[in-house]
Amino acid sequence: MALKRAEGEEARWLAGGQSLVPMMNLRMAAPSLVIDLSRIRELSGISLHGETLRIGAMTRHAAVGADPLVSRHAPLLAQAAPWIAHPAIRARGTIGGSLALADPAAEWPACCLALNATLVALGMDGAERRIAAADFFQGIYATALAPDELLLRVEIPAQAARSTLREIARRHGDYATVGLAATSAPALAFFGVADRPLRFAGVEAALATHGVDAAVALLRTTLEPIADLYHAAATKSHLAGVLLRRVAEELHA
Amino acid sequence: MSDEMMVAFTLNGAAMRRRVPVRLHAVDALREVFGLTGSHVACEHGSCGACTIRVDGAAVRGCLLLAPQLDGADVWTIEGLTASGAIADLQAAFHKRNAMQCGYCTAGMLITSAELLQAGQPATRAEIREHLSGNYCRCTGYQAIVDAVEETLAARRAVA
Repeated sequence: MALKRAEGEEARWLAGGQSLVPMMNLRMAAPSLVIDLSRIRELSGISLHGETLRIGAMTRHAAVGADPLVSRHAPLLAQAAPWIAHPAIRARGTIGGSLALADPAAEWPACCLALNATLVALGMDGAERRIAAADFFQGIYATALAPDELLLRVEIPAQAARSTLREIARRHGDYATVGLAATSAPALAFFGVADRPLRFAGVEAALATHGVDAAVALLRTTLEPIADLYHAAATKSHLAGVLLRRVAEELHA
Repeated sequence: MSDEMMVAFTLNGAAMRRRVPVRLHAVDALREVFGLTGSHVACEHGSCGACTIRVDGAAVRGCLLLAPQLDGADVWTIEGLTASGAIADLQAAFHKRNAMQCGYCTAGMLITSAELLQAGQPATRAEIREHLSGNYCRCTGYQAIVDAVEETLAARRAVA
C-alpha cells in the first residue's frame, strides 16, 4: 500500500496478469510500477463464515471452479469457471483481477451481480469498504473502486437456488457475444450486452409470474444492447432471448 | 526501483539464480537469458499458446508472466520434459500421427496435452479439444493432434 501511495495512479496492482500483461504487451498500458500481489497469502483462499462464502481476490479461476465450498454454496461460480478463457489462463487469472478490471463480457462480474455479492476493498487509511455488486460495476473497465483502493475479497450469500451459466461465443473460451448467469430465485444477469452486466427486475418478475414467453417479450423491449465489432445490437438482442429460453428450460427441468 | 531483479527458481529440475530485467517476460527470459528456445513466442498477448510452459505443475502462458514472477517457482520447459522422458510416449504419438507440420505450436501443444494426460482422467475427443482450445495450430486442422492425445491417453490408462 505504501508503494502504491508513493507511486500514485501510474502504479498498477498485478493480480493474475492475464489482462494487464497483454495490455502492457500491446502498449495499451504502461504502468510506472507493477506491484505483484501473488505473494500476499491472505488475499487468496475460500472460506465459509456462517451463511457467507468469502473468496479472496487473488484466488485463481481454476481454484474457484474446483472448490467444494463453492460447489455447495455458490454453484453458479463452479458452473461459470469452465467458460472463462482456456485452462492456461484459468491457472493464473484471479477472480479479484477479473472483478476489478470489469470487462463487460466477463463471467465473474455477472455471477456476482446474480448472487447479490458484496465486494470488499481496502483503502489507504486501512479501513475496509463494502460495495454491493449492483453498485460496483459502473461501465466498461470502470468500477466503484477508488484509484488507491485494493480489492480484498468478494462475499457471497450461500445459495439454495438452482443456477446455471450459458453463453454464446464464436469460439469456446472467447469473450461472450452474449452471456447469462442465472439462478432460480430468479436472478438473471446478462453480460456482453452493455457496458456492464445487467439485471432487469421486470424481466425477472415476468419470468417468475408469467413464464418464459412473457419474460423474453419484455426483454426484447427492455434490453438495448451495444453492438460490438462483429455483432449488431439486433443480433445480441435476439441471442439474449435465446439464452433466456435455454436457461429457463434448464432451471426448471 | 531497480530495473533488474534477482530470481531464484528451479528450471527443468536444476536450481537457477540470475538477475533479470523486470520488464522481460518469462518466455523471453527462458529463451534469451537461459538459452532455452523450445518455448516459442508468437502472439505475445495470451491468445495462441505457443509460449506455454509448466509453472508449479500447471500449463501457463509464458508471455503473460513477467520474469521476476518466476522467483520461487518450479518451471519446466519442453527441453526438460523431453530430457526427462516424461512425455516420450506423447511425443512418439505426435510423430506417428504427423500431429505437426511447421512445429511452431508443438511445444505448447505438448505441454498443454501433458497437463490433461497427467490428470489421468478419461477424456472424450470433445474434452481433449476443449483442453487444447487455448492453443492455436495453423497447419494441421487439429485432427491429428487430438488423435495423438487420445491414443496416448488410452495407452496410459490401459497400463495404469
